[in-house]
Amino acid sequence: MKQLNYIQKVKDFKIDIRAYTLIFALIAIWLLFGFLTGGVFLSTRNFSNLLRQMTIISFLAIGMTPVIITGNIDLSVGSMTGFISVIAAYLQAILLPNILPGLFQALPVELIGMLSTIITVFVCLLLGLLIGMGQGYIIAYGGVPAFIVTLGGMLVLRGGVLGVTQGKTIIPIEASLRLMAQGYLSEYIGIIIAIITIIIIFMVTLKSRTKKKKYGLNLRPIGQDLLIAALYGILVLIFTLMMNSYRGIQIPVLIMAIIAIIVTYIMNNTRFGRHIYAVGGNKEATKLSGINVQSVVLKTYALMGLLCGVSGIILTGYVAAGTTSGGMNYELSAIGGCVMGGTSLMGGIGTVFGALMGTLIMTSLENGMSVMNMSVFWQYIVKGLILILAVYLDVTSRKNKA
Amino acid sequence: MKDNLILKIENVTKDFPGVRALSDISFNVRKGDIHGICGENGAGKSTLVKILAGVYPFNTYQGSIYFNEKELKLKTSSIQEAIQEGISTVYQELVLVPYLTAGENIFLGREPEEKGILNWEKLYSDTKEILTKYKLNVPLFTKISSLSVGQQQMVEIAKALSHKVKLLILDEPTSALTDAEVNSLMEILKNLKKSGVTCIYISHRLDEFFRIADSITVFRDGRVVDTVKTNKTTEEKIVAMMVGREMKKRFPDKKSKPRENILEVKNLSILAQQKVAIKNVSFNLRKGEILGIAGLMGAGKTELVTAIFGEYGKVVSGKILLEEKPITIQSAGDAIKYGISLVPEDRKENGLVLIQEVFKNISLPNLRQFSSRFSIDKYKELQECKRYSDYLAIKTPSLFTITEYLSGGNQQKVVIAKWLMSNPKILILDDPTRGIDVGTKYEIYNLINKLAQNGVGIIMISSELEEVLGMSDRIVVMREGECAGTLDRKDASQESIMTLATNIKRNNG
Repeated sequence: MKQLNYIQKVKDFKIDIRAYTLIFALIAIWLLFGFLTGGVFLSTRNFSNLLRQMTIISFLAIGMTPVIITGNIDLSVGSMTGFISVIAAYLQAILLPNILPGLFQALPVELIGMLSTIITVFVCLLLGLLIGMGQGYIIAYGGVPAFIVTLGGMLVLRGGVLGVTQGKTIIPIEASLRLMAQGYLSEYIGIIIAIITIIIIFMVTLKSRTKKKKYGLNLRPIGQDLLIAALYGILVLIFTLMMNSYRGIQIPVLIMAIIAIIVTYIMNNTRFGRHIYAVGGNKEATKLSGINVQSVVLKTYALMGLLCGVSGIILTGYVAAGTTSGGMNYELSAIGGCVMGGTSLMGGIGTVFGALMGTLIMTSLENGMSVMNMSVFWQYIVKGLILILAVYLDVTSRKNKA
Repeated sequence: MKDNLILKIENVTKDFPGVRALSDISFNVRKGDIHGICGENGAGKSTLVKILAGVYPFNTYQGSIYFNEKELKLKTSSIQEAIQEGISTVYQELVLVPYLTAGENIFLGREPEEKGILNWEKLYSDTKEILTKYKLNVPLFTKISSLSVGQQQMVEIAKALSHKVKLLILDEPTSALTDAEVNSLMEILKNLKKSGVTCIYISHRLDEFFRIADSITVFRDGRVVDTVKTNKTTEEKIVAMMVGREMKKRFPDKKSKPRENILEVKNLSILAQQKVAIKNVSFNLRKGEILGIAGLMGAGKTELVTAIFGEYGKVVSGKILLEEKPITIQSAGDAIKYGISLVPEDRKENGLVLIQEVFKNISLPNLRQFSSRFSIDKYKELQECKRYSDYLAIKTPSLFTITEYLSGGNQQKVVIAKWLMSNPKILILDDPTRGIDVGTKYEIYNLINKLAQNGVGIIMISSELEEVLGMSDRIVVMREGECAGTLDRKDASQESIMTLATNIKRNNG
């Protein structure tokens, strides 16, 4: 059973250089802003804000990753987020308050509010899924280029936003929905979640050890594995305590983390995930390997739509209203985050982790410059230049490697 | 006599890593002649063309070439230099910009200008002059994309002639032409000869040499067999020179005998791109049999097997029977479900995801084998990939190496491993040893025999006739999308295959 050792050796050795580069870049940016703002940037309060600022874009960046990996693009996500956001507001402020109290006269007001939020969430997710599937169908089976379909989708949905709102802001939003986007977990719940996470980390570590043993793969010394698990555990704990020292872990950040983990799992451990990378790497070869390329593409758009639904709901809860400008230009931030995080627009390469890091870097730049009171025009210029620079460095490093 | 030579090639040898493409070749081309060059695929014709065109510059080969009594030393690997010397080449694959007119293509990159502004009148009058001078019948203002292949070829020739050309090289110009187009090309070449242009003419169609060429040089295995005057030889003699090598032991013996029928194709016709690409083809395949498919380029070999695999054109008539039961295959997915696998012709385009790791390529069509309802068991996957990688002796630093960095032979082994893992009942191999060194070829032959021994039905296409002859139990010969005949191993020879593959041409000519 020694035969498989060489497989493992190389895997251990192959550190993900790109991931580390991103982390170092992020730390460098944080230290720079910390220095420039006299420490304000690094305060727990600002950190908490920073994370919340990135959540809405991050849902889109997570969904955009598989879309870009298959070699496609989705320009409609900003408008779709905006559209779903105003639909959520419309349901909560106009439609449901007219229907629900009549149907459930016995229920107290708070429960009716909760019910309204549950219905809203369900409808919005379904709507996102359907719109995503519609666009995906035209792209995958209709053969219309993704750029065109989603450019059209962007216009149609922006029109939809204006139609639903009639140019006005829609209020009020139920407290329960606002809580989803603005709420904090209490200290204890935060700690409990942290502990559960740490237990899961250890369980996964041990399970992978037994698996490796079963297939005769090379095992690291158990101490080393446990140390690594402990390090991750400590990071989780520090994060939780840091957030708790301000007002606790934010609910949208928790939602973001859960979704990121689920999508990462899909990308790495399921056939669908493998097919996504294969389609982007070589569509012809994938097709000739008996994989239904069209269905893979359709599914990536369905997932993207679903995550636009999440993004739209959180946007409504955060703004506590449905607005005409909701989601404007979000597609560009999401694509920028993906690309910054190493997703190749040529397809075949990219990770959810990278997309999140890219989004966090972009958000950090934005946040840091605001804290410094830099003029908005400079903020745009700096962000644009850094995006170009990041991709330039990526492209040249790849050229040198080849 | 000596003054009449335009090109003198002396002892030219060209090596590629692991392969000697040209080995000590020498021959002369007389001024004003049409000089034919023939030989099988891989005999070294294209390599010579690339040397003359400047693709492989001086210094990358040994030996010397004299052009107009001066040694030809092309420094950069750019065709511009060769063109300035007076050597223009028309390749088999046309390289024209489809959305520009003939004139725009001919003068692409050197459009007549006046103070930075295009002189359209001059461009078109110059074009017209060339076209009339050489009697090329091409409309002036039509976009290339709406011209026929034959007309496009004429534009290529006009483009070559628009330079001050002394030597025109035509690399298999007729492989994509209809008979009528071939006839008019022959006329054009005769006219060129009259205006004093020397021509090197490479073709697989021997009858063409006897219509226009003054002399013929025959290539075989990177060597020149001989240069003969056309009027002093016959087609049969040329064929004998092309194939007349004693067969060394290049192919392992096949021990197993074919058993019962596994696949039967009955009167299959395939429609693709509004043309009937495959006409009424029937054959059968038995368990443990290696069935070779032979034919000239463009005879429809790849199209036939890709269609059976469900990824080419539309079946308009006929049926496919697997173990006596009729089946319909509409996609590669269907084919794989029935136990049919295809190792495609072009591994880079169709066989591999080059930017991915070796193990991901091997497991791509087989992920179901190690997946539960939801997720992939990565460890099981690695173990299985390792098993096949060992079985085929794939030389790779690890299974995590990006496939792009492997050598051609090992890349091909990855493709084969991928399809072996799918446990096929029928394995179709489309030119499985193209661009692979001799040692790896032998390994692959052994493997194919072993699979046949285990009862797999094997269909094999090869660009090398010898390979088909050396490996197959039976050979289906294709000609222009039709089945020209089926030969048993004992009746098959290069001559009998060539006769079937080219027959119609000769009768028509």
